[in-house]
Amino acid sequence: MGDMSKNYRLNFLKEVEANVEEGEWVKMCMQCGVCSGSCPLGKFWNHPPQEIFMMIRAGKREEVLTSNAMWMCTSCYNCIVRCPRELPITHIMHGLAHYAKRLGLIPQQQPTAKFAQLFWNNLSNKGRVNELKLGVKLYFMNGIGEGFKTSLKMKDIGMGMMKTKRMNPLEIVGGHGLEDIKGFQAMLKKAQELEDQRIATPRP
Amino acid sequence: MAKRQYSFYPGCSSQKGASSSNYLISAQTMCEELEIQLNEIPDWNCCGASIGYAGGGELPRLTLSARNIALSEKHHPGQDIVATCAACWLSTREAAERLQHDQARCAEANIALAEAGLTLKNQTPIKHMVEVLIQDIGYDTIKTKVKRPLSGLKIAGYVGCQTNRPFGIAGESFENPKYLDQLVETLGADSIPQFEKKVQCCGGALAFSEPEKSQEMIKGILESAYDNGANLIVTPCPVCQMNVEVYQAQINATYGTNFKMPVVYYSTLMAVAFGRSAKDAALTGQVIPAIQLEAIAEKA
Repeated sequence: MGDMSKNYRLNFLKEVEANVEEGEWVKMCMQCGVCSGSCPLGKFWNHPPQEIFMMIRAGKREEVLTSNAMWMCTSCYNCIVRCPRELPITHIMHGLAHYAKRLGLIPQQQPTAKFAQLFWNNLSNKGRVNELKLGVKLYFMNGIGEGFKTSLKMKDIGMGMMKTKRMNPLEIVGGHGLEDIKGFQAMLKKAQELEDQRIATPRP
Repeated sequence: MAKRQYSFYPGCSSQKGASSSNYLISAQTMCEELEIQLNEIPDWNCCGASIGYAGGGELPRLTLSARNIALSEKHHPGQDIVATCAACWLSTREAAERLQHDQARCAEANIALAEAGLTLKNQTPIKHMVEVLIQDIGYDTIKTKVKRPLSGLKIAGYVGCQTNRPFGIAGESFENPKYLDQLVETLGADSIPQFEKKVQCCGGALAFSEPEKSQEMIKGILESAYDNGANLIVTPCPVCQMNVEVYQAQINATYGTNFKMPVVYYSTLMAVAFGRSAKDAALTGQVIPAIQLEAIAEKA
């Protein structure tokens, strides 16, 4: 996909407006801080949304895109419904997270970034999520040793889910999927191509 | 009376052997009693949920929902789409609205859909099952179906995030929605209008990737339910249900609490109140058994 960000080095706000989902809204932020105060995991963000918006305008490209912040979004939409300027803040956080991933700038060992990618790979594979495979991959995403430790810790929860027929061990071989998986995957591939073209071509 | 027909989007977690398969069973029972026919969208796919954004960019995610809407319009023309899962509903409705407002993105989505031989008209209303209950069926009709009132039960209505924000139920406030309490009262139980954690986030998908941070929030939800004297918690969201129910033993181990609070779907409450068996109400799917509801379900 090349380095589509080069043309924008001097103006990060423009880069965000062109390349980040709903990024054209960033300049509308009036710095009231309601989003930061409304975020359920706000105390863990190194830069809450309000700060992220100002940092984008101040051109702090590396600091924003390598931040842990947007990976703390639980998609609760509290910020969206409370924002007096009606910024789609949740979507902008998702957009920034995806753009950071696109540029390879995700912080090391960011658990939600890893899990979110596993989730996408899982659903792309058969068109529907296979919860068992996703769970196993999640437990083992930081290596075999930690994987067994996590599995042991989660054993009782797994047994409870299995006993109530809310988890099926047979899902590990096969499992639910689409009939038209070929059409589904061709569709996703085309959508990805179109998106890559658009983001590689700066808007006028 | 003819049955009401809807184009049904059940979602991944409701499938056989998946984490909210109990939701689907109880919802089907509830619909039988309310003369609602759910016509499953053939070959539906995952909506991308709220956590799909890292791997999937904007257009791939919008296209996921566009495919489901296109399939529904092709196979069930004229029928509203109804989802039981909060995230399915939110993603599908969000995609429909984004594609209505952004013609360029909609044209791109249709180019991608053509690869699967589909076209998006995007003229279909997308509803959560709760909207069907409140707007299409109504509390009065629901009340006439109650054969076993849930009297004596005190139930905390946990609305959570995604059935409440950003769309919510028409006429309800984001900060204090009242429909779940009203539904609880309609079924003959006592609601807890002052339940402080009614719209608190449970961590959502981050319960998997950030368990400590999420469990701290879940603990608050459970504490508030206990402090208000709840016998059980009811919710319209599969992620809320699972997160608040299944981590209670881990939370007890971490915080020295003694939680053992059943968390059920509104559809489970309704199936029991409508006189159906524990199995039809999917009480067998409770990791923490709802013994008070089991007792009511056993009554003749």
